[in-house]
Amino acid sequence: MSTVVKADPVGPAGSARPLSERRPLGDRGFQVLTLACGLLVLVILVLIAVSTTQQSTSWFSAEGLKIFTNNWNPAANQFGALAFIYGTIITAIIALVIAVPVSLGVALLLTEVVPYRWARPIVTVIDLLAVVPSVVWGLWGILVFAPWIQHIYASIGSGVNGIPVLGSLFGPPTSGASFFTAGIILAFMITPIVTSLSREVIATVPAIDKEGAYALGATRLEMIRGAVWPHSQGGVVGAVLLGLGRAMGETIAVALVIGSSPVITSHLFAPGYNMPAVIANQFGEASGEFRAALMGIGVLLFVFTIIINVIARWIVERSARRKRGA
Amino acid sequence: MEQPEQNPVATTSLPKPAALQESKPVSDTPGVAVFDTKNLSIYYGAFRAVTDVSLTVHENEITAFIGPSGCGKTTVLRTLNRMNDLIPTARVDGDVHYRGASLYAKDVSPIAVRRRIGMVFQKPNPFPKSIYDNVAYGPRINGERNKGRLNEIVERSLRQAALWDEVKDRLKHSGLGLSGGQAQRLCIARTLAVEPDVVLMDEPASALDPIATGRIEDLMHEIKSRYTIVIVTHNMQQATRVSDRTAFFSVLVDSKSDTRTGTLVEYGRTEQIFQDPHDSRTQAYVTGRVG
Amino acid sequence: MAIVAEPQQPDLREPAGWRRTSNRIATWLMVLAFVLVIIPLGFVLFTVIAKGVSIISWSFLTSGPIPPIVLPASVGGLGPAVLGTIEITALATVLAVPLGILGAVYLNEYGGKGPLARLIGFMADVMTGVPSIIMGLFIFAIWVLHFGYSGLAGALALGCLMLPVVIRSTDEMLKLVPDPLREASYALGATKARVTVTVVLPAAIGGIVSGALLAVARAAGETAPLIFTILGGTSVANTNVFKGANTALPLQIFSNATQPYTGAQARAWGAALALIAIAFILMIAARLVTARFTRYSR
Repeated sequence: MSTVVKADPVGPAGSARPLSERRPLGDRGFQVLTLACGLLVLVILVLIAVSTTQQSTSWFSAEGLKIFTNNWNPAANQFGALAFIYGTIITAIIALVIAVPVSLGVALLLTEVVPYRWARPIVTVIDLLAVVPSVVWGLWGILVFAPWIQHIYASIGSGVNGIPVLGSLFGPPTSGASFFTAGIILAFMITPIVTSLSREVIATVPAIDKEGAYALGATRLEMIRGAVWPHSQGGVVGAVLLGLGRAMGETIAVALVIGSSPVITSHLFAPGYNMPAVIANQFGEASGEFRAALMGIGVLLFVFTIIINVIARWIVERSARRKRGA
Repeated sequence: MEQPEQNPVATTSLPKPAALQESKPVSDTPGVAVFDTKNLSIYYGAFRAVTDVSLTVHENEITAFIGPSGCGKTTVLRTLNRMNDLIPTARVDGDVHYRGASLYAKDVSPIAVRRRIGMVFQKPNPFPKSIYDNVAYGPRINGERNKGRLNEIVERSLRQAALWDEVKDRLKHSGLGLSGGQAQRLCIARTLAVEPDVVLMDEPASALDPIATGRIEDLMHEIKSRYTIVIVTHNMQQATRVSDRTAFFSVLVDSKSDTRTGTLVEYGRTEQIFQDPHDSRTQAYVTGRVG
Repeated sequence: MAIVAEPQQPDLREPAGWRRTSNRIATWLMVLAFVLVIIPLGFVLFTVIAKGVSIISWSFLTSGPIPPIVLPASVGGLGPAVLGTIEITALATVLAVPLGILGAVYLNEYGGKGPLARLIGFMADVMTGVPSIIMGLFIFAIWVLHFGYSGLAGALALGCLMLPVVIRSTDEMLKLVPDPLREASYALGATKARVTVTVVLPAAIGGIVSGALLAVARAAGETAPLIFTILGGTSVANTNVFKGANTALPLQIFSNATQPYTGAQARAWGAALALIAIAFILMIAARLVTARFTRYSR
């Protein structure tokens, strides 16, 4: 196809132009190709929803609303999945409680405190943290971290045994592989994403607002509370939600350190289970309704994470849009 | 707060100054020296941005810095309240004294400096908070918690900034919802709320329409008796309208290294600068021959 | 302030008291946060290197078959797993990267601000948050059940993971290419396709490659998608990536991690070290590409 002399009407890149008769075939073909690749995203998401639901219908129809009961007994053909939902939520909360202050601290450190020269190495450390594969976290978690922290759990557990609230949270039974350990490892894993997103959000605070606060004689902490925080609240919430989504879906590290015990208990140092972990651990030997149940848990997980991610991205986009408009 | 707090009284007009000069066009009896710079040079890394500025700013006067763009007027202004500290490579050489104390001595805290020497910026920058919280921000960080006193401070500052009547019914509304002129007056009110000694203004009206500009200039005249004001402006007529003294800055071009360094060319009473400039560069600028 | 003839100099020292203390505490808390990040990272890296370095050797990485878990680490090697990781990840890259780049081209050059493009962009962002295990279940449901386990199935799952990441990072890079570049090309009579392929993509290629390398690094380390797609039980190398079960380094780590046998655990550490090394090399390569070949950056 020769390069056409009567060329494309000049327009800024990205302006949607209807397919015109005068456009050569190759050009239109290319456009269709790129559109198809873009649509692939939507197609895949829809296919995921359809195919996994299809594979789990036998579970949904057999159990109905009983899927939300704490009644998991494959041997007796009982597949109530509440324990796993509980575990997913608990470990995610623990992870957020640890990771959010740390991530915000590092993000503020990078944007407000350290001189430019030291920013690069700190960011490198965060990137290194992000690149450690989940399975390596799990390996280290179960072979090194869990045995070590078990002693700490045991001391705390015996210490608070009997005290009203603390006892039921941190009292025995304690185990190295437990909800809390999974939460800690998850915190390590979601810190990079929450940090880098928070950093992006904080960096959009206009410098002139920060200068306004400093010019009034504010200390750095006062400037952060007066000028930075009001601007970046929304974006930070979005970043935290994205961390939540990631914490809920992280599989292998959790599968190795959570203890594989489908119980609902307030004792955070006790072994537990969560949605992705049970799927990963049990799928190999499962068949029939068992397999359908695991698939169905996957469907639930998919729905949860999609909802959280949609909300999170919407919040982040809205605060970015407000900034551009203001 | 180290100084005894002034009695915050909400008044519609300001008390007459006591025994300090009114702006008299002819006689020159300068008041107390508020700022005193000697051979001040400012560097960004190895680059010398401003060289050899020696001037004295007097109490309760409005001093204007004028000159073409890039001549360092804003840089010098920001040196007076240690705002250049926010730029990592900035460095100051020479003396800068504020009421006899060196501004750049070792144990001087920029926070204490900025508490006394406030700044209004070119583009209005109200915080994304309510109007009330914007003005109350300064007093709050200085420890004022009493609701009654805060209310008085907010009202007094907004009156001084000639904004009270327009916003008194919507103090809880966001400061971001104001027009340009109103937002700038809000920033001025915010600066006045901590009762500084000096107010530095960096082209405060350049982003505003003529009516808003006129309001800001009237405001400057009204508060002059209680504060010392230094204003950077690229509008010569504004300098003649508001200032008692004018400092004319210009650019030295080093043809070998093609660098531009700002410097103070001439400094004197405003009438003298504009009607009888001593330096030819001053004359070229004020007569409009060069931009 | 009414200052009437104040003879002594103003006190410009730092205001003492709660303001200074709270500011200092805040700064130290931020530093503490960073320390809390370094400690686990250092710990993990140190452990993996310390425990893996004695196992790692050329023969460990290349020889097979993978011995039964009871045997010590000196027997056999993880060659089949290394081969599996390489061939599956490479296939996933070949699938996902071109499609991702083309998708980003649609978003940036053709779709613009239109509703479809905004939807696709938004859902691509959302898709980056879909857990990797879901991709594994997905490919299991639509592929493995019909065609059996294979390296290709694994590559499809990893490709689904990589696709939105590549789209997003490529889109960012394309946005940075200045419009005057495109307009100059149009003015010379080029079609949009030609402009994109000959001018825009080459201008952004550094950033695109760098983003792709990071996506590969993530995919190479993924375990969950592989569980459901390549089966992982094989002990011999499978060079046919389209047929038959396969294995990969992450799977080996996963299956060995919970074994009580020291040989198995040692193999797990060795594999972990190899995996981390791969990820780091890709990350460093991405940074080098960004530093040397990126013309337009933020």
